[in-house]
Amino acid sequence: MKYEAPTSTKDAVALLAKNKGSAYVLAGGSDLLVRLKGGFIEPDLIVDIKRIGAMQEIKKTASGFRIGAAVPCVAMGESQALNKAWPGVVEAAKLIGSDQVQGRCTVTGNLCNASPAADSVPALVTARAKAVVVGPKGRRTVAVEKIPAGPGRTTLTKGELIEAITLPAPKPKTGDAYLRFTPRTEMDIAVCSAAVSVTLGKGGVVEEARVALGAVAPTVVLVPAAAKAIIGTKLDAAALDALAAACRAACSPIDDKRGTVEFRTDVAGVLAKRAAKVAYQRAGGK
Amino acid sequence: MAGVHVSTTINGDPVEFVCQPGEVLLDVLRNRIGLTGAKEGCGTGDCGACSVTVDGRLVCACLVLGAEVEGRSVTTVEGLASGGELHPLQRKFIEHAALQCGICTPGFLVAAKALLDRNASPSEEEIRYALAGNLCRCTGYDKIVRAVQAAASELATDATRKSGKASGSKSGRKSTKKQVA
Ligand SMILES: Cc1cc2nc3c(=O)[nH]c(=O)nc-3n(C[C@H](O)[C@H](O)[C@H](O)COP(=O)(O)OP(=O)(O)OC[C@H]3O[C@@H](n4cnc5c(N)ncnc54)[C@H](O)[C@@H]3O)c2cc1C
Ligand code: FES
Ligand code: FES
Repeated sequence: MKYEAPTSTKDAVALLAKNKGSAYVLAGGSDLLVRLKGGFIEPDLIVDIKRIGAMQEIKKTASGFRIGAAVPCVAMGESQALNKAWPGVVEAAKLIGSDQVQGRCTVTGNLCNASPAADSVPALVTARAKAVVVGPKGRRTVAVEKIPAGPGRTTLTKGELIEAITLPAPKPKTGDAYLRFTPRTEMDIAVCSAAVSVTLGKGGVVEEARVALGAVAPTVVLVPAAAKAIIGTKLDAAALDALAAACRAACSPIDDKRGTVEFRTDVAGVLAKRAAKVAYQRAGGK
Repeated sequence: MAGVHVSTTINGDPVEFVCQPGEVLLDVLRNRIGLTGAKEGCGTGDCGACSVTVDGRLVCACLVLGAEVEGRSVTTVEGLASGGELHPLQRKFIEHAALQCGICTPGFLVAAKALLDRNASPSEEEIRYALAGNLCRCTGYDKIVRAVQAAASELATDATRKSGKASGSKSGRKSTKKQVA
C-alpha cells in the first residue's frame, strides 16, 4: 500500500486516475481506517486530501457557503455564520461520534461512506447542498442526494473525488432541523432520523419545505409528499399528521438488532413532526 | 513495503520516525517512540483510551495514520506534566480516586485537558458530553467528573490570582519587582 498526500485537487485526481489497483480517498479516516484495520479493504493507494488548501476551509461565497472536503465537523460547529444560516446542518454534523471523532470526521466522508444512517446527509439534502465533484474529465456539481447509490456505494466514477460541499444562502424566514433516535444520547448510530427545512411566507404560512429521512431505506431519502403535506399550512395538527403519514409511506427499512421495521417506520413519522416544529420555530414561525 | 519517513513534533520535541504506510499513530507512539501512555482499548475509535491531540485537535490515535502527522504537532498524556510537576488534572484524578485499573486514564486526561483548554468552567453536563468518547469499565464515571470539576476550579483560581497580579496597580507591580530582586 502507498500513502500519498498531494497538495492540489488536480494532483489528487491524477493519482487516483492513474492507479491500477484499488485506491481510496482519506479524509478524517473515521470510516476508512476502521475498515482498513478490520481487513475489509486492501487498498493499493490511499490519497490523503488534508494537505489540499482548497479543501481545508469553510468559505462564505456569493451564493452561500463552500465547505472544503477536508474540514472536520468540529470546525463546522465553530463557524458562527454557518450555525446561523443552517443550524440543522450543523447540529447533524455535530452528532457524528465523540469529540475525538469530531476532530477528524467530515461531512463529505459521511456522504461518501454512503451509510443509510449517515447523520449529516438528511440535513444536507433538505438544505439543498451540492457536491463539487472533480475527476479526470473535469468538474461537475451534483445534488448531494445523487451521491449515495446504496449502502456503501456511491455514484462517483474512477478517479473522481468530492472537493467541497456547497450550501445556498438561506432565503429569509428559513429554518432547518435534524433529529435522530438512538438508545444512547451520544456515540450511537441512528435507528432512524429526520431532517426538515421550511421557508415561511406571509403570516407564518409554509411556502417551501423539504423533508428527508435517514436509516429507513438503502439510502437517505427525500420525501416530496411529506413536504407537500405542510406547504400552505401553519403546521397545524392535521398538517403534521399528514406529514408523518407521508414519511411513514416512504419508509422501507430493514429489521435488525437496533430496530424493527415497524418501530423505524413509526418513529420516522414522530421525528419528522418534531423536526418540522423546530425548523418552523427557527424560521420565525409561532 | 517502503517505509514512510516522517518529521513531526511530539510534546514539543522534534521527532523523526519511519513507519509503514498503513501503520496508525497509536502503534508508532507505543512501539517506535516508546510513549506508552496512550492505550489501545478497541482500535476502532469507540473507547478513547488512545486520545491525543494533533495540532490542538483531540483525536483517537488509533484512527490516524503515522504518516499523517508529518509537520504536525502531537501531544500525548506524557506532555501533560511539566518539569516533573503533575498537571492539576492528574493530581485531582489521584486525590479523587478517579481511576481503578487505569487503562482509560491517559485518554480521559488528554480529553479533559482539551475540554478545559476550550471551556475553562464547563458544567457537569458539558463534562459528561465532552467525555462521552472515553469509556471506563471500572469507576462508573462519577469520580472522573468530580476530578475534572476540581481541576477546573483550581485552574480558575490560579488564573484569577495571576490576572490579579497582572492588573495590579503600578506600585503593586513595583513591589513585585522588588520582591523578585
Ligand atoms: C467511534 C465512531 C463513532 C461514529 N459515530 C457516527 C455517528 O454518530 N453518525 C454517523 O453518521 N457516523 C458515525 N461514524 C462514522 C464516521 O465517523 C462518519 O461517517 C464520518 O463522517 C466519516 O468521515 P471521514 O472524513 O472520517 O471519512 P473517511 O473515513 O476519511 O472516508 C469515508 C469514505 O468516504 C470516502 N471519501 C472521503 N472523502 C472523500 C472525498 N472527498 N471524495 C470522495 N470520496 C471520499 C473514503 O474513501 C471512504 O470510503 C462514527 C465512526 C466512529 C469511528
Ligand atoms: S483504542 Fe482508539 S478509541 Fe479505542
Ligand atoms: S479505571 Fe479501569 S477502565 Fe477506567
